[in-house]
Amino acid sequence: MIELDQVTKIFDDGTTAVDDVSFTVEQGELCVLLGPSGCGKTTTMKMINRLVPLSRGKILIDGKDILHFADTELRMQIGYAIQEIGLFPHMTVAENIEVVPELRGWPKAKRRERAARLLDMVKLTPDDFMDRYPKELSGGQRQRVGVARALGADPEYLLMDEPFGAIDPITRVDLQNEFLKIQQDIRKTIVFVTHDIYEAIKMGDKIALMNGGKLIQFDTPFNILFNPQNEFVSGFVGRDRALKGLQLIRAKEVMRKTVYMAQATETVEELKRRVGPEHEKDEIPVAREDGTFAGFVNLQEADSGRVSEHLKHARAVASMDTVLDEALSVMLSGERNILAMLDHDDCVQGVLTFSDIQRALSEADQSRGTL
Amino acid sequence: MIRAWDYLMKNPDMVITWAVDHLMIIGVALSIALVIGVIVGVIISVPGREALADSVLYLAEIVMTIPSMALFGLLMLVLGGLGLSAIGFLPAVIALIVYGQLPILRNTHIAIKSVDPHMIEAGRGMGMSNWQILFKVELPLALPVILAGLRNSIVLLIGIAAIAALIGAGGLGVPIFRGLRTARYDLIVIGGVTVSIFALIIDGFMTLLERWITPRGLKRS
Repeated sequence: MIELDQVTKIFDDGTTAVDDVSFTVEQGELCVLLGPSGCGKTTTMKMINRLVPLSRGKILIDGKDILHFADTELRMQIGYAIQEIGLFPHMTVAENIEVVPELRGWPKAKRRERAARLLDMVKLTPDDFMDRYPKELSGGQRQRVGVARALGADPEYLLMDEPFGAIDPITRVDLQNEFLKIQQDIRKTIVFVTHDIYEAIKMGDKIALMNGGKLIQFDTPFNILFNPQNEFVSGFVGRDRALKGLQLIRAKEVMRKTVYMAQATETVEELKRRVGPEHEKDEIPVAREDGTFAGFVNLQEADSGRVSEHLKHARAVASMDTVLDEALSVMLSGERNILAMLDHDDCVQGVLTFSDIQRALSEADQSRGTL
Repeated sequence: MIRAWDYLMKNPDMVITWAVDHLMIIGVALSIALVIGVIVGVIISVPGREALADSVLYLAEIVMTIPSMALFGLLMLVLGGLGLSAIGFLPAVIALIVYGQLPILRNTHIAIKSVDPHMIEAGRGMGMSNWQILFKVELPLALPVILAGLRNSIVLLIGIAAIAALIGAGGLGVPIFRGLRTARYDLIVIGGVTVSIFALIIDGFMTLLERWITPRGLKRS
């Protein structure tokens, strides 16, 4: 748990960068510090590991005042990830990851093993990457190493300063998704700085929205979007908050689970009989014998023969773990208004239609003010 | 040219003695200059010491503008006053240390100052102490530029060391000045050519050294 209590930073030149900020990051939670540039979010983060000294107030980690630790001791307990530029160019990938374990005096073999494990975790093959230098990696790979390095000595806490800032949007989404998956396993307590509201909504369990050094709203992403506390918050969220809300909702929460499934081997007549007249214009997902998704059959177009002869749109699928905005973009790019929702084994668990997404959004919007 | 060759063939031991003396003076002076230059370079590069850095570099540059002859003269006075040997090896080495300093000092300072602040913050954020940041981050990153300074310094010293012959320090300046006084062009050629060959060989050697020492991650591909 990280507690900030009336934290204030006044720089030597008299400017107040952070003004009386208090919030608590619960154990295992990811808290995003969000706001326009110059709002004090990075300064706030850096006060936690004392890269920036506090002027007033208190910060407790695990109930202990950070002033009770020596600087270096405190920082070794808190993983620190910055933009990919923070990797040491004169060290190999493994050496970079081993920095904190080495500072802590771990033996070489244990460090190597840890580096290999972490590389695995961030989906870089250890044998291929351990001995490479940062400049021999792509931007996305460097960012992965940056995350692995922050986790080097398995700290309970992580500070991440726009860790996915300097990469192209597509790689960025991949990294965010992977990091969220990792976080589900490791459950670290994380403070994550970004100026990107999409990233904040996607990554955060909580968002601390700051402006001019002040904490404006500390809340769940949902409430930041749909219950903004004042004009600034709603302005920062923007008019497209419904669209942003798409990132908050997972497909499995709104998909229709009870759907008719067609077997690839049955005939169209059999299928039509089974689903009855009210569905005879529908598109029905088709499963192969092993249960995996094969495509859709359109009952309006297909009239005779086996279902397998009428398969279409085999790529109109998404994992049921995807958030709605990704599902929506699959729909838009394939000009489809129905997607098959797959589980980890590629078996169909339901379907998601465009109207399901609309329904979910209008429900979210109506709950505004009632939560 | 031919006479120079003849002389070399007849007196190889003489030429070797001069060459060895020359290298000795440079070697000793350079080792000391390197240590002092890097240490002072690091000291003046600590944040908040910009004024100190400016004055130290300014001073070093002024010293560089003193003609070597004048510096030898000055050293003779000072060392003589201190009761130390005013001619020969000691003043030569001291003068070369003074001259060899600046390129190393300046490059160390520039290299450390130009280390990306993100690197230093990354190190600090991960819990490195100031010394660890210096030895694990700043110096390794500064190394290529410091080596370039060392190389400048060597080439400079090989030339200046020849003048040290005038104060009896020996070296390849001996045949050059003797040749100048007695119009023996063969001696001038022997001294001059050997000095030039040294400069080339050492320069080449430094290139290899730089390649060898510079971490792979910092090399330009």
